Amino acid sequence: MHLAYPAVLAALLFCTGLYGVLARRNAILVLMSVELMLNAVNLNLVAFDVWLRDALHSGQALTLFTIAIAAAEIGIGLAIVLAVYRNRASSDIDRLRDTAETDEAEELPDDPDDESDAEAPEDQATAPAGKAKKAEATA
Amino acid sequence: MIATGVASLDPALAAAASHPGFLSPTGVEIAFVLVGIATLGAALVTVTTRQLVHAALWLIVALGGLAVEYLLLTAEFIAWVQVLIYVGSVVVLLLFGLMLTRAPIGRSPDADSENRWTALAVAVAAAGTLVWVVVDAFRTTWIELDGPAQGSTEATGSFLFRHWVLPFEALSVLLLAALVGAIVLSRRGRETAPGATAPRASAPGANAPRATAPREDKR
Repeated sequence: MHLAYPAVLAALLFCTGLYGVLARRNAILVLMSVELMLNAVNLNLVAFDVWLRDALHSGQALTLFTIAIAAAEIGIGLAIVLAVYRNRASSDIDRLRDTAETDEAEELPDDPDDESDAEAPEDQATAPAGKAKKAEATA
Repeated sequence: MIATGVASLDPALAAAASHPGFLSPTGVEIAFVLVGIATLGAALVTVTTRQLVHAALWLIVALGGLAVEYLLLTAEFIAWVQVLIYVGSVVVLLLFGLMLTRAPIGRSPDADSENRWTALAVAVAAAGTLVWVVVDAFRTTWIELDGPAQGSTEATGSFLFRHWVLPFEALSVLLLAALVGAIVLSRRGRETAPGATAPRASAPGANAPRATAPREDKR
């Protein structure tokens, strides 16, 4: 098999995941895109391992390790997303601006399309009291 | 002089001539390209759809297609691990996450942020660069898929437990740490707060409840 096929497929999958990480707003969709990027790396590792016929089979061993680390990463990531959701009632990463340094970045992007039941505790928790209340919510 | 120049050029030309070109693909290559197109299409739908649950379901298609690609590359064990871990547990975890964060069923118009076009430009530029470099580098490289399978379960167990035992064990420790961390992070503060304050009052010397209890009280 031509080596360019798996290499090109891996490059395209990686860039698809890159687009997803940059363009998505929901934190769980960002995690899905990260999974796509990790899988592109895995495909590269397997293809080059089969091509080089390494005696230690480093590529396949590293692929297995990457899969295990990705499973751990998705568990920790989802736990963090759920903790943020409990505090903010939102998994919108555009609203997580606690570490922003400028005052303009502190202003939340308001989008009226949100559902009202998800909007009410979120505004109560983040919008009016500003930085002190947000810091308390994440402490 | 000319003869040596031709001779130095010869290996690349000979390698290109001795192998089948793009115009005479084998059955494995055709299957790889077809499954690759399906995988890439599923991945594109995953990152562009506005229905969050559908994104997770299309991710199953993409990851399953990658498992088929591993099978075509004779890495059988990794293919089944891919099916077990990714399709079996990671996507299920993602679906649980979507449900627990009360993701809207149906179209959500705010699935993409405002910097969508910047992200598209960055991704297209990266894809163009990477594909150009990769195709230019591996134009004359072929994978020999004949011979004994390099990724069978027997071969995988052999190299994993003969050469990679120490990283394997370190990885199990990492998985344990991740498990404990996920449980600690996702434990509800209000339900554990009464239970956490009692041992703090009875045993003031204990470090762990002291470190976590004030954080839970604030929640």
